[in-house]
Amino acid sequence: MVQLTINGIKVNAEEGMTVLEAAKSVGISIPTLCHLKNLDPTGACRICVVEIEGFKGLTPSCAYPVTEGMVVTTDSPRVRKARKTIVELLIENHPQDCLICVRNKNCELQDLSEQYGVREHRYVGETKCHAIDISSASMERDPAKCILCGRCVRVCHEVQKIGAIDFTKRGFTSIVTTPYNKGLNVSDCILCGQCILVCPTAALREKSSIKEVANALYDRKKYCIAQVAPAVRASLGEEYNMPLGTDVTGLLVTGLRRLGFKKVFDTNFAADLTIMEEATELINRIQNGGSLPMFTSCCPGWIKYVEMNRPEVLDHISTCKSPHEMEGAVLKSYYAKKMGIDPADIYVVSIMPCTVKKYESNRAELSADAMPDVDAVLTTRELVRFFKTAGIDFNDLPESEFDNPLGESTGAAAIFGTSGGVMEAALRTAYFKITGTELEHLEFEEIRGMAGIKEATVKIGDLDVSIAVVNGIGNVGPILDEVQNGTSKHHFIEVMACPGGCINGGGQPIHQKPEKVAKRVKALYKIDENAKTRRSHENESVITLYREFFGEPNSHKAHEILHTEYFDKRKIFKN
Amino acid sequence: MHSKIFESYQPNDRSALIPLLQDVQNIYGYLPENALRDISDFVKVPLSRVYGVATFYNQFRLTPLGENIIRVCRGTACHVKNSANILFALETELGITAGQTTRDKKFTLEVVNCIGACSIAPVILVNDDYHGRITVKDIPKILKKYQTVKKTETAEVMK
Ligand code: SF4
Ligand code: SF4
Ligand code: SF4
Ligand code: FES
Ligand code: FES
Repeated sequence: MVQLTINGIKVNAEEGMTVLEAAKSVGISIPTLCHLKNLDPTGACRICVVEIEGFKGLTPSCAYPVTEGMVVTTDSPRVRKARKTIVELLIENHPQDCLICVRNKNCELQDLSEQYGVREHRYVGETKCHAIDISSASMERDPAKCILCGRCVRVCHEVQKIGAIDFTKRGFTSIVTTPYNKGLNVSDCILCGQCILVCPTAALREKSSIKEVANALYDRKKYCIAQVAPAVRASLGEEYNMPLGTDVTGLLVTGLRRLGFKKVFDTNFAADLTIMEEATELINRIQNGGSLPMFTSCCPGWIKYVEMNRPEVLDHISTCKSPHEMEGAVLKSYYAKKMGIDPADIYVVSIMPCTVKKYESNRAELSADAMPDVDAVLTTRELVRFFKTAGIDFNDLPESEFDNPLGESTGAAAIFGTSGGVMEAALRTAYFKITGTELEHLEFEEIRGMAGIKEATVKIGDLDVSIAVVNGIGNVGPILDEVQNGTSKHHFIEVMACPGGCINGGGQPIHQKPEKVAKRVKALYKIDENAKTRRSHENESVITLYREFFGEPNSHKAHEILHTEYFDKRKIFKN
Repeated sequence: MHSKIFESYQPNDRSALIPLLQDVQNIYGYLPENALRDISDFVKVPLSRVYGVATFYNQFRLTPLGENIIRVCRGTACHVKNSANILFALETELGITAGQTTRDKKFTLEVVNCIGACSIAPVILVNDDYHGRITVKDIPKILKKYQTVKKTETAEVMK
């Protein structure tokens, strides 16, 4: 323990804490920009400066550890002036078009400007001018709005270990961009959107599909159907100031109906369907000597990563389409036929926590007869904006239920949204398929939680199934090395590109509350616990679907509609 | 052509990045994209970082040099003697901006700080020749002189 004084308050801090953390522990807030929790400080932006007795200059509190007897002042005329000057300089080199900016009212630069009372333009000069990168299907980069805090760069390099963007050039011309300032679509970027989540401004944002969706909803010929991913219901409430981890499923369904969707289905239905296909595929691979370990295929960010970086392991990836693509494919085949609707008139919109899924829905092989399985993807954030435009008062909506049959789901599907969930759901069903009996204890604690790699061995009948869960694409390297050089002991490996899984996807509400992931995850586990059925193979609608249409999992028809293929894209992206 | 340079370095060693960039530049006179990609693979540093480093330091060039390099001094003494006009005139005449090379690869235009010839400001340096006390009117004449120089004589500059 270290004792110090901050603004006259005696503080007991732990050894190794920074001044910033110590101040926070007693309710003193210090602004930060370049600082990112859990990563080493860079001390680049200096907005967090404080006065420390005995020091001549101001000290960046995010980078300075506490020492015994230290006397700190976090708020003084000198500190205020320094911070205000930094903010003013940033603002004067910024487009200042807040009125038409997608981050209006959710921007750290705006907040700082307000906090330090910037009321006049004192440093008018040349402002930077850069083109917007709209090359990718998922994201936009607007370097003119970039304040060079470096948070995206650090997340991309140090957390995701992709390194698609970096600082280039220097001084006034300095810009965070891709190599050769070419578009994101030809870079190493997997479009996970983790950088969007940390960007303080609108320099990084999703590519919006609201317009297309609005047009489709206005088109009388179109039969618009929405489907909602598991992770969205546990996060969307945050945009309406509800407590973290509020489950808003009922409101969400009503809201989507009011937007004009003819049907509102649940991607969780397709998650159950995915489990039926994936578990069967795994068992087949184990029994018939197929490529093992088998990787999950629900995360398009992960798929994009493998195709660009490790095409050697492509045949280890389950051929199952991701759940929302399955849902779309079933809607345009089985459902269209059942309801007598021309599949060409069906317009499927996926509400997703994910930016990559926009890119995924554009993949040519995820279509039938030149009709994409999914027509458009809206992120959680876009849906909120759409609700606002349509005058839908989310807080006051009555609750309602998903439509059927593609709205029924089990608890196993709900946990798809969190790291380890797909594995857990698959095990519940694989156990039944192999042994013919049901698992007693459904929760697999070993593969829950935020560890980067989670491993376990599960006894199924007389088979010891070795599993691993990769939580965040940054942790996948060693696992891939093992698979590539044949030393992997695993049978089944789940990979999710985003740390924490889709619940922390790049399309989720943006704010820096530290508790967000844990609380959202809790909400999903609660949905699972309270569910009437908790194993995918108990989903009555899925059972009916097989009886009426597919026959059995991995049947010829199932392969045609629910499975896909992958391509070696290293050649295109490297050299 | 540059594969040999890797022989003197350990793979996966980040500290080899800058020396490798220098070696490549010594071979080509600039840093070609495919060499940057090879370096990125060799030191296991993302291409974005390699590119970032290459654009951060003034010593590295990402485009090939022209046959003749014109360096316009923008130091204090030359500034006082209107070197901004000289630069502007050169940019107009060549149709490029500082840092670029003409399409016919004849000229590369660069801006430098004081080159120690303040007494004859404003100064431009073409290859190794100093041209002092020049005015905007002198520029076409100077350019013409180098336009006609045969390739072999400028080969030295290219290395
Ligand atoms: S989307 Fe993901 S991979 Fe792409 S730049 Fe952002 S963090 Fe990096
Ligand atoms: S793009 Fe955003 S996160 Fe990245 S450096 Fe710029 S302001 Fe910071
Ligand atoms: S983990 Fe989920 S949200 Fe993140 S990229 Fe993968 S599918 Fe998208
Ligand atoms: S937040 Fe401390 S220097 Fe940027
Ligand atoms: S300022 Fe131009 S030579 Fe010194």
